[in-house]
Amino acid sequence: MSVLETSVGLALADPSAVRAVEATGTSALAWLLIALPLLGAALLLVGGRATDSFGPLLATLLSWGSFVVGALIVLQLSGLGADERAMSVPLWDWVTAGDLSVHAGLLIDPLSMAFVLLITFVGSLIHVYSLGYMAHDPDKRRFFAYLNLFVAAMLILVLADSYLLLFVGWEGVGLASYLLIGFWNHNPEYASAANKAFVVNRIGDFALIIAMAFMLATFGGLDFATVHGNAGGASTTILTVIGLLLLLGACGKSAQFPLQSWLGDAMAGPTPVSALIHAATMVTAGVYLVVRSQAIFDLTPDARLAVVIVGAITLLFGAIVGCAKDDIKKALAASTMSQIGYMMLAAGLGPIGYAFAIFHLLTHGFFKAGMFLGAGSVMHGMADRVDMRRYGGLSRMMKITWLTFMAGWLAILGVPPFAGFWSKDKIIESAFVDQGNGAWQAWVFGLVALIGAGITAFYMSRLFFMTFHGKARWEDDVDPHESPLTMTVPMMVLAVGSVLLGFALSWNDTFARWLEPVTGHVEHHEPVLSVPVIMGLTLALVIAGAAFAWLRYGRDEVPVVAPVGSFATQAARRDLFQDDFNESFLRRPGAALVAGLEAADNDVVDGGLVDGTSRGLAGVADVVRRAQNGFVRTYALTMLAGIVAILGAVWVIQ
Amino acid sequence: MTITAYIYLATLLFAIGALVVLLRRNTIIVFMGVELMLNACNLALITFSRMHGNLDGQVYALFVMVVAAAEVVVGLAIIMSIYRARRSASVDDANLLKL
Repeated sequence: MSVLETSVGLALADPSAVRAVEATGTSALAWLLIALPLLGAALLLVGGRATDSFGPLLATLLSWGSFVVGALIVLQLSGLGADERAMSVPLWDWVTAGDLSVHAGLLIDPLSMAFVLLITFVGSLIHVYSLGYMAHDPDKRRFFAYLNLFVAAMLILVLADSYLLLFVGWEGVGLASYLLIGFWNHNPEYASAANKAFVVNRIGDFALIIAMAFMLATFGGLDFATVHGNAGGASTTILTVIGLLLLLGACGKSAQFPLQSWLGDAMAGPTPVSALIHAATMVTAGVYLVVRSQAIFDLTPDARLAVVIVGAITLLFGAIVGCAKDDIKKALAASTMSQIGYMMLAAGLGPIGYAFAIFHLLTHGFFKAGMFLGAGSVMHGMADRVDMRRYGGLSRMMKITWLTFMAGWLAILGVPPFAGFWSKDKIIESAFVDQGNGAWQAWVFGLVALIGAGITAFYMSRLFFMTFHGKARWEDDVDPHESPLTMTVPMMVLAVGSVLLGFALSWNDTFARWLEPVTGHVEHHEPVLSVPVIMGLTLALVIAGAAFAWLRYGRDEVPVVAPVGSFATQAARRDLFQDDFNESFLRRPGAALVAGLEAADNDVVDGGLVDGTSRGLAGVADVVRRAQNGFVRTYALTMLAGIVAILGAVWVIQ
Repeated sequence: MTITAYIYLATLLFAIGALVVLLRRNTIIVFMGVELMLNACNLALITFSRMHGNLDGQVYALFVMVVAAAEVVVGLAIIMSIYRARRSASVDDANLLKL
């Protein structure tokens, strides 16, 4: 409880802590971060074919430009004291309607800048990679325009200083994701995958809108300062409702249970897109939302418990699905889902987990993007085949891809000293901490996280061995070859990150202290198991998982055609029936409801009311029409009769 | 002979005129019925003028005559053009107002 109380105290006692001072120096130019890629997107989209020749290069340069601005701002921030590192960049009065007034502005603080660096750095590397990967695509320019649009929207999302502006970025990344998943929309399956992602995301977006409505009604504003500053004064019920709605929004964007079904299909997009949007950045927006809204979540243990449960379910769900997928990208997608589950779990743990959630998000951004790029490189060399049962033995043909992928693989396994070890083990440790809300929680969530690590080791090793080791099972028409330098250099950079980033950021608790102004200082908490035991158990499980995978997929021969498998395998292959569930419990009833409403509209509203009225009027008119026979004499008689009637009436009255 | 007899005559003439308008088909005859009704009105107006001992009724009668003269001109012109267009002076043939 002590953690909770201190953070509550902080939120209540000093609302000005979240009120940032106006930015000076480089930070005042933070709008450039967004403007540069946005300019690129606009130029490439409006310029059309005229920009075909230099467009991709320009987009890449602008993205790097954005990174440089971000790096300069971080340099400036690191020169300031810890409590001066939150700055605001007011832009303009945006919405003024009655009592509501929202200013568009940017918030620069350690949290947003950590994201900015991740987005611009990984994003720019992927721009470079795409120069090689998309070299022969006729629509290359459009692709780079969308990439730039994505980077701009994602930066709006993380730099926004109000929920409303965050929502603009939120929708912007959704749009870019939709456009890029459906980039090869001449294939109807890909186009419908894009639609699926969009529709599922809509549910989350809707929840976010309602959450904003609640905030507006409760706090009278949507900017972080107002909402977070006054969170302490609101009733717990309202805060729980807002927290749960924010969580649902996060579930949509981050592919968390129960809105996870779109991520696997989203792999229809070009691989750089999967690496950037569906692994490193956009799908982590949900984690950002939860951590950014910590002032709300700190005050509602119920909503936080829901976050932890969602994270725990998703991390197991994704891990299990990942074990059965033969499509290399879908296996990676399942892994992404699972890893974001870890981040959600950490974010839901409250103050002890926020920093680790973001830490894992950063390292994951590097190693998962690296592995996706590796998968893209493999596909590039294998004539766009994605079935891992048709890979095998590629380590000889693609040395660089193999080595960089290995760095990512060891990182996600959590093998010391690779990046994932530093971040994931911290999350597992935190999950084991008893925060005074029942020891069962610590045990359940801790064990889930622990088992998840073991399964992760199994499916990632399965993927690695099936692809790079064992006997070559290539089809006859493929000629595996290493990718060009534009592709391998970004992979190498990300591999270096996968190796060193965890250690570098953990050194002296650098990253935790960097985030402290945002996430608050947290005393060390003792888990229910001692730390070395947890670490030992994790490592043992990881090694066991990897060894089992090696026995089955490295040593033994992998069948080219997938065996039927047990019921569990079939279920995992079908994504644990998530689509069937959605189909039978959501889509069919929805379609039936629509059909019913349509019938009601046709038969009752249109048929009964509208057509009935017109039919009645037509019937009456048919009778009355006969009076108008066109004979002047009849009209004259009518007039005469009328006059006689009037005169008669006058006579009677008098 | 009392003055009310003029009223009865005027009423009778008006009724005859009205019946002619309603019952006859030939436009010229219908037109004559209209004239008859106008003149019945004139007779009634002049009778009332006499009854009340002032000239208002007679003034109105003069107005009616002027209007009737104008109406004859316009009416005959219309009848002529209808006859030219349709080769008929029957009012029942001129039923274009009907849909």
